[in-house]
Amino acid sequence: MTDAALAPPPPVSGEVAVQITGMNKWYGQFHVLRDIDLTVTKGERIVICGPSGSGKSTLIRCINRLEEHQSGQIVVDGTELTSNLKNVDKVRSEVGMVFQHFNLFPHLTVLENCTLAPIWVRKVPKREAEETAMHFLHKVRIPEQAHKYPGQLSGGQQQRVAIARSLCMRPKIMLFDEPTSALDPEMIKEVLDTMIELARDGMTMLCVTHEMGFAQAVANRVIFMDQGQIVEQNTPREFFNNPRSERSKLFLSQILGH
Amino acid sequence: MSEIHAETVAFARDTMMPPAPPPRRETGAVRWMRENLFSGPLNIILTILAAWLLWLALRDLLPWAWRGIWQAGSASECRAIRDQLYGEGVPAACWAVVRARWRQLLFGFYPADGLWRPLLALGLFLVAVLPVLFSGAPRRLLWLSAAAPFVIVWLLWGGSLWGPVAAALGFVVGWAIWAAVARRGNAGLALLLGLGAALAWWFLLARPVAAGLASVAPLALVPVESRAFGGFTLSLVIGLAGICLSLPLGVLLALARRSELFFISKVAVAYIEVIRGVPLIVWLLVAQVVLNYFLPRGTNFDILLRVIIMVTLFSSAYIAEVIRGGLAALPSGQYEAADALGLGYWQATRLIVLPQALKISIPGIVNSFIGLFKDTTLVSIISLFDPMRISSTIRATTEWGGIYWELYVFVALVFFAFCFAMSRYSIWLERRLERSHR
Repeated sequence: MTDAALAPPPPVSGEVAVQITGMNKWYGQFHVLRDIDLTVTKGERIVICGPSGSGKSTLIRCINRLEEHQSGQIVVDGTELTSNLKNVDKVRSEVGMVFQHFNLFPHLTVLENCTLAPIWVRKVPKREAEETAMHFLHKVRIPEQAHKYPGQLSGGQQQRVAIARSLCMRPKIMLFDEPTSALDPEMIKEVLDTMIELARDGMTMLCVTHEMGFAQAVANRVIFMDQGQIVEQNTPREFFNNPRSERSKLFLSQILGH
Repeated sequence: MSEIHAETVAFARDTMMPPAPPPRRETGAVRWMRENLFSGPLNIILTILAAWLLWLALRDLLPWAWRGIWQAGSASECRAIRDQLYGEGVPAACWAVVRARWRQLLFGFYPADGLWRPLLALGLFLVAVLPVLFSGAPRRLLWLSAAAPFVIVWLLWGGSLWGPVAAALGFVVGWAIWAAVARRGNAGLALLLGLGAALAWWFLLARPVAAGLASVAPLALVPVESRAFGGFTLSLVIGLAGICLSLPLGVLLALARRSELFFISKVAVAYIEVIRGVPLIVWLLVAQVVLNYFLPRGTNFDILLRVIIMVTLFSSAYIAEVIRGGLAALPSGQYEAADALGLGYWQATRLIVLPQALKISIPGIVNSFIGLFKDTTLVSIISLFDPMRISSTIRATTEWGGIYWELYVFVALVFFAFCFAMSRYSIWLERRLERSHR
């Protein structure tokens, strides 16, 4: 794939980052997530895939409570997500999220996008926040765009800014919700490279994506979901070469079959 | 199929074309007219029709205005001069009425030796809004903006300087207590204590403090009754106060209407629907008559203050609906990104949501403001002397009986100047904020 992918990702520690037990969620009458059990250890890189409507986005959006679950338990880095707003704020400041449509703030420059949350949530002095922001903009390789507005950047650049914006909060866990689905083919690689580098640095990552090359390069676990349930979990090699469930086989044949 | 394939010729470019400059466009008035006015039969017909209508409208108006007589003591004198100059019955404006009565049209019955006060107040207002309207203005002016409302009230209504100062101190006291408690970390308690302290100051301490200061340093202007306000001074006092107060209130109402808290959103909906559903004239009559029934006997609740409150409440309902449109136009991704970064509700609202929603709402907000400003003429219904009522009063005098158009034209032009300025500012602001599309 890429040079970055050649170095093996660091080994996984034993500590628990996210613990989900018996979690259920409904949209009205519709049972979107059914009895989800999932343990993510620190440094793990998990790719979640599955057909559309299978609940994979909803699952990771529950981890920073953009969606509320109705039963079961979600513990993120030792903090349980309940209706207690303090816990929610604590989790959100430690979990970064990258969206399909970037969701940059169009009225702020790239640099301001990156310094906003550190300044207002972490109360970091402005100078220091700007230094951190420039550090991460270097890391995603667009420091020269710092004073432009998001609307002046290409999709791939915007997504890399979004990644830098999340990293500026120094998150312990990163969630990626189809980060390359809205990008032109030419720009997918630059975003994936950034994510692969992040994985090599040992970040705990949960990615909803259909980029199977990415999954094989960095993931140490692939989770396949269908109809709101976890249907199969395995190492990427096993999952792609030797899927066990019929649903996974069908899904793989559909996305890899042409 | 095979035949189609046979016809396609394989092609590969080996050198890329460099960008070329666009073709030069011809310029010039003749060229412009040909392109814009006479580009085709329909356009030619429309141009001729428009020119004809324009001529119809202006052929009487312009000579009438141009012949205008500026020096005369009364309408009959005007007519005599006209007959002498242009012959009997020739239409000619009698601008002398504006010249003779401009003071009433602009200041109503404000004391003649104090006209500098409303003028200075207007000047102070314009300087004070500079840092709000133009981001390039020096930030230090914001201190002036904070002090301006109190100074303006003092300038306009006169009396002791220490009354407005004591009122302003209430805000300072409330803010100081809020800040001191908020630093300890309890935001709700801080708000409550700050509000309580400010109210306690206003009701218990403000009066004695003002009186005490007045006895030490009696700085005072001649008091002016609200009833003396009239003409454009009245329109501007009501209009500008209404504009400045209804925007923040409208923002809060719009946020309340979209709130997830059932009670808050329903109260906002009820308020907006009731206020919007009843004509402004009715609300003004309510302000004049009904409010007195609810107030303790003998309270002298200033009529102008009542009108300003009513106009503000009325306009804020419209502003709230305009801003609600802006809020609804914001993609949900913006809220999600703010949430995901850990921003709280008020932080997200102030830093992410409102800057974008207000930008979208600028045309609607300015539209409401222009409407509000012109609606100030409705206060004539509760016997305040707005420019239109002043005009009627002037026409009712023996000197200027029979004069119509001159006064109306003057009033219309002044209103137009203010409204056009607001409109231009909003267009400029929109263009400056146009960032997402460069």
